[in-house]
Amino acid sequence: MEPILKVENLTKVFSRSGQADFTAVNGICFDLMPGECLGIIGESGSGKTTAVNMVTRLADATSGNIILDGEDIAHLKGRELRKVYQKMQMVFQTPTDSFDPRRTLGDGIGESLRNIGMSRKDTRGEVERLLEKCGLPAEFADRYPHQVSGGQCQRAAIARALAVKPKLLICDEATSALDVTIQKEILELLNELRSQQGDNLSILFICHDISLVQQFCDRVLVMYHGDIVEEGIPDDVIGNPQNEYTQRLIDSVL
Amino acid sequence: MNEVTIRKQKIKKDSVKVRLIIFGTLAALLIICSIFSEYLTPYDPYLQDLSIAKQPPSAEHLLGTDRYGRDMLSRVIVGSRTSIFSTLLLVAIITALGTAVGVFCGWNGKWIDTVLMRISDMFLAFPGLVFALAVAGVLGGGLQNAIIALAAISWPKYARIARSQTLAQKETAWMKAAKLSGSSDLKIILKHILPNIIGPILVTSMLDIGTMMMELAALSFLGLGAKPPIAEWGSMMSDTRSLMTTSPWITFSPGIAIFISVMIFNLLGDTIRDYADPKGR
Repeated sequence: MEPILKVENLTKVFSRSGQADFTAVNGICFDLMPGECLGIIGESGSGKTTAVNMVTRLADATSGNIILDGEDIAHLKGRELRKVYQKMQMVFQTPTDSFDPRRTLGDGIGESLRNIGMSRKDTRGEVERLLEKCGLPAEFADRYPHQVSGGQCQRAAIARALAVKPKLLICDEATSALDVTIQKEILELLNELRSQQGDNLSILFICHDISLVQQFCDRVLVMYHGDIVEEGIPDDVIGNPQNEYTQRLIDSVL
Repeated sequence: MNEVTIRKQKIKKDSVKVRLIIFGTLAALLIICSIFSEYLTPYDPYLQDLSIAKQPPSAEHLLGTDRYGRDMLSRVIVGSRTSIFSTLLLVAIITALGTAVGVFCGWNGKWIDTVLMRISDMFLAFPGLVFALAVAGVLGGGLQNAIIALAAISWPKYARIARSQTLAQKETAWMKAAKLSGSSDLKIILKHILPNIIGPILVTSMLDIGTMMMELAALSFLGLGAKPPIAEWGSMMSDTRSLMTTSPWITFSPGIAIFISVMIFNLLGDTIRDYADPKGR
């Protein structure tokens, strides 16, 4: 089976005038199989978010290839890049900030549908269906981001990410800003979506909470200072860490 | 204790609302007057009658007559159209132009941003009216050229505001989400950036109406704006300044008209700023 996402030698170097260059991500490689859920853990500043921003092309990679569904997207621009976002979507860390404060949740969720040419009326129906699928009442489409709670907003953000039926869903610390009970609900929702969609939905799950990754992911990468230092099945990595940094990371939780 | 603070806040909020209604109504009245100015004049503002020249204010001519015997009240009323509309046009031009440049620079970044912003710095470094004088001098007199001259020197302020606001918006998570939804750059700017940055820009332009009216009047006063016999407040003052000691009402009537309208628009701008500021509410 071909991987849905294949990242090869992905590197990000920030050049700063008058100072030494800073390598945030140092030639990482990994694969993500269809239907798989891959976790990336690591401390703040380990390069997780930079790596993800490059994969979603919100930041340009210094070098390396990003092969999504057989197509190298690392150098796409304009219209072709926008087409990529029908296969790949993202859920952000801060739910309320990920919606335009001057537009309703329904507008935000339907934006990608309108962009692929769906009529206003069909979009409305689809948005309501998506909201209900994510456990929110349909009338939330008319609410503004500040009128709903963080957990509700994150559900809406997941609804938005699923609107175009992406093959790859990236969750960048999607549960970090929520309290534990809501965290659990969001994970349950994601699990439900996974079991519904099977091989049609792969998840890249960025997180700094090891126990969440253990519960949720099929495989885990440990990042440290821009490198992938360890890779494996969560129970193995956590139960029997090989790398010194992974050991420290796990010790700090226990 | 708590009740007192809530009460205070409520009073403050109400007073801002009341001010907004008062000054909004006054500004609207001023604009309506200038639209229908030709129907409101008691006499023909361009009709000369030397037999009644330089008459002081009386029941017949409330603001007196000028040196050609034209009714001052009628001229001030008709002049409002030229003065107020050219000011509104000017402010609209610089707001649109400055915002467009600022959003473009903030969104694109790179060298084009640096180049355009250094150009705007150059304009900001010049004393405004002096530069406008030079531009109007090169282009020649006339109201149209005065508007062009003032527009040329006034847009950088808006470009600065729009650029900094755009830069702040660009970093937000919803901007990333908008990109991921597959919206084109133009769509993101129109649908997400502009609605979010327009508040502070509108407040600035409301406050600028007063300033621009003064500067337009100043250019006209110096003979670089509206040409006689067109009734325009600035040029009406300048034409008659030699008569200031003998027949002061001829100079003062348009002067007071400028004073009142500048004050109304400034107070309206202030009020809108207070109203738009969530901390002030």
